[in-house]
Amino acid sequence: MAASEKTPVTGAGPFNGLLTWVDARFPMMSLWKDHLAEYYAPKNFNFWYYFGSLAMVVLVLQIVTGIFLTMHYKPSAAEAFASVEYIMRDVPGGWLIRYLHSTGASFFFIVVYLHMFRGLMYGSYRAPRELIWIFGMMIYLALMAEAFFGYLLPWGQMSYWGAQVIVNLFDALPIIGPDLSTWIRGDYVVSDATLNRFFAFHVIAIPLALLGLVAAHIMALHEVGSNNPDGVEIKKVKNEQGRPVDGIPFHPYYTVKDAFGVAVFALLFCLIMFFAPEMGGYFLEYNNFIPADPLKTPPHIAPVWYFTPYYSILRAVTEEFMQTLALGVTAYTFLILFTARGCLIKIATIFIAPVIIFLMKGPSFTLLGVIFPIEPKVWGVVLMGVATLIFFLLPWLDQSPVKSIRYKGALSKWALGVFVVVFLTLGYYGTQPVTPAGTMVSQIGTLVYFAFFLLMPWYTQMEKTQPEPARVTM
Amino acid sequence: MKTIRKILALILLVPALAFAAGDNIKLDHAPINPNDMPSLQRGAKLFVNYCLNCHSANYMRYNRLQDLGLSEKQIFENLVFTGVKVGDLMKISMDPKDAKEWFGAPPPDLTVVARSRASHAGSGADWLYTYLRTFYRDPSRPTGWNNTTFPNVGMPHVLWELQGEQVMKEQKVRSDGYEKALAVPAMDKPGKMTQVEYDRAVADLVNYMVYMAEPAAHNRKLIGLIVLLVLSVLVVLAYAIKKEFWKDVH
Repeated sequence: MAASEKTPVTGAGPFNGLLTWVDARFPMMSLWKDHLAEYYAPKNFNFWYYFGSLAMVVLVLQIVTGIFLTMHYKPSAAEAFASVEYIMRDVPGGWLIRYLHSTGASFFFIVVYLHMFRGLMYGSYRAPRELIWIFGMMIYLALMAEAFFGYLLPWGQMSYWGAQVIVNLFDALPIIGPDLSTWIRGDYVVSDATLNRFFAFHVIAIPLALLGLVAAHIMALHEVGSNNPDGVEIKKVKNEQGRPVDGIPFHPYYTVKDAFGVAVFALLFCLIMFFAPEMGGYFLEYNNFIPADPLKTPPHIAPVWYFTPYYSILRAVTEEFMQTLALGVTAYTFLILFTARGCLIKIATIFIAPVIIFLMKGPSFTLLGVIFPIEPKVWGVVLMGVATLIFFLLPWLDQSPVKSIRYKGALSKWALGVFVVVFLTLGYYGTQPVTPAGTMVSQIGTLVYFAFFLLMPWYTQMEKTQPEPARVTM
Repeated sequence: MKTIRKILALILLVPALAFAAGDNIKLDHAPINPNDMPSLQRGAKLFVNYCLNCHSANYMRYNRLQDLGLSEKQIFENLVFTGVKVGDLMKISMDPKDAKEWFGAPPPDLTVVARSRASHAGSGADWLYTYLRTFYRDPSRPTGWNNTTFPNVGMPHVLWELQGEQVMKEQKVRSDGYEKALAVPAMDKPGKMTQVEYDRAVADLVNYMVYMAEPAAHNRKLIGLIVLLVLSVLVVLAYAIKKEFWKDVH
């Protein structure tokens, strides 16, 4: 659009001229309108809708504090631990920057988990928001990678052995395993080379990907509009000007509301950061105050709390549990064959299921198993991976006629409630040393975790739902 | 909403489980006070005299001790040995290879030991306070010393002159309502200090070590209070603005 065709900017007082000049050369006003002043968001957002903007705030916090930490941190095995203590002692305000970053890491996950739970409750992943959900899940995966790489940097015992355990998981893969893990580490053990590449991933590669994904997440959101606690589309009811009746401009309504949210969040954040930065060993693990020692394996290696649900699933897979899993896959195959409606899915199942079941049970007593043994550990890794990736399928697993938990039936409500409890229970056992009881609970938890997703097409269709209202309720 | 409330109730129960689990080691609570400057100064003196010969504190600078109300001159005269500049780190000259030969393992750096020794059984301070008071004579060990908090530790009892020598003795101990015969360290040959004096000295030392593990901790809490106050005001203002703007949303 030529400059002359745009209307001049008004309402900025002495800056009208400058802003008109900029707007003629840059889509300033249209960006402002599309994403803030004339982005209509449903007026009935509740408590759970604070966490999107809070995630953004924490992202900015992590980037800014990260930049300052990078100015003083030394990514070398010989100096890393000392440089962190140097930041804590000799760099003016260094302790504050470091605690902001370490507390921010845990809070990032708290906020993102609550943000995802909101999506689960109100069906925010349902059509037409599948891509928002998929970008969101990619952000979640990138965030886990970011946290994993970042955790090695302080070069404490938990940093070192946590990385060792996770990289060693790849070691168990058949054929390529040992070479793959050596390639990841850049050495035969976690070492200076590993620290350097993890540093590169942590400070540039993953943050770049994260920023791009966040932009995509928000662009997709603003394309289709926000969901709301009632799960009804506000775009269906519009006024004469073509604006949603139940929508309010994001700015100023949600900017002032989110500002309040940010203030409360900052208060809670500071309460922990200033008075309990270690958070009882959950945010900063005690063992990580011991410099990394490749010759001394700690008796109990626990990942940081936000990884522990998946760590539990990894550890749940034992030789005996494989039998249960194979049985579960078989049962699920029959469930699809006898009750699923789609023809395509049945055909796919007939071809895929036997392969999975054969891989799970077969190799142990066939020639293939002798040549390329697949240990239970490998299945643990696979299951852990699937546990994180299965979220991607939610838009298609949920077959309910309604989006929001408010109008879904009792089955969905219980399923979500049980899922949350199981997720937290798995998380708890992931922080603990292995015990027979703990393994048992983790195994049951793993089954329930997957049942929540895999049975969703059935329970969301079976139950009686309530009718959705035509318009949002306050 | 009822279901959601039930879910939330269950969520709140889970952390309770986390606190229910714990180790069996019983640690004594360390009676330390980070604001007690004389105690911190006594602790610093004990630390440089008794610990800093074999253990380093490689991340701590001597002149940082000004935090404890000491002047640079006082630090120099009382705590720094020859050949050290006041801004230096608390390094030691012992070769780690020799140390390994003498003690079986090189003595660890102690700068942040008060943080690394924390566990669900107690704080790092509690562990150190208990550990330094539970050495006993054990002829079967190369150093002649053993410790109930850290069994078969490589370190001899450096403070034995002060505490005296303990030996393991069968004693009737009441625990969980039962009377049991347990082997516990008991005083055999008293040292220069009475038990009360020794406990006090160890508390001073631990107080200092907690300070050394995080010298910024004092400022952290002080600044934290101010920040929380400011943020509380911000929360109120932000809420008022939100309420004003939202008046016309029905």
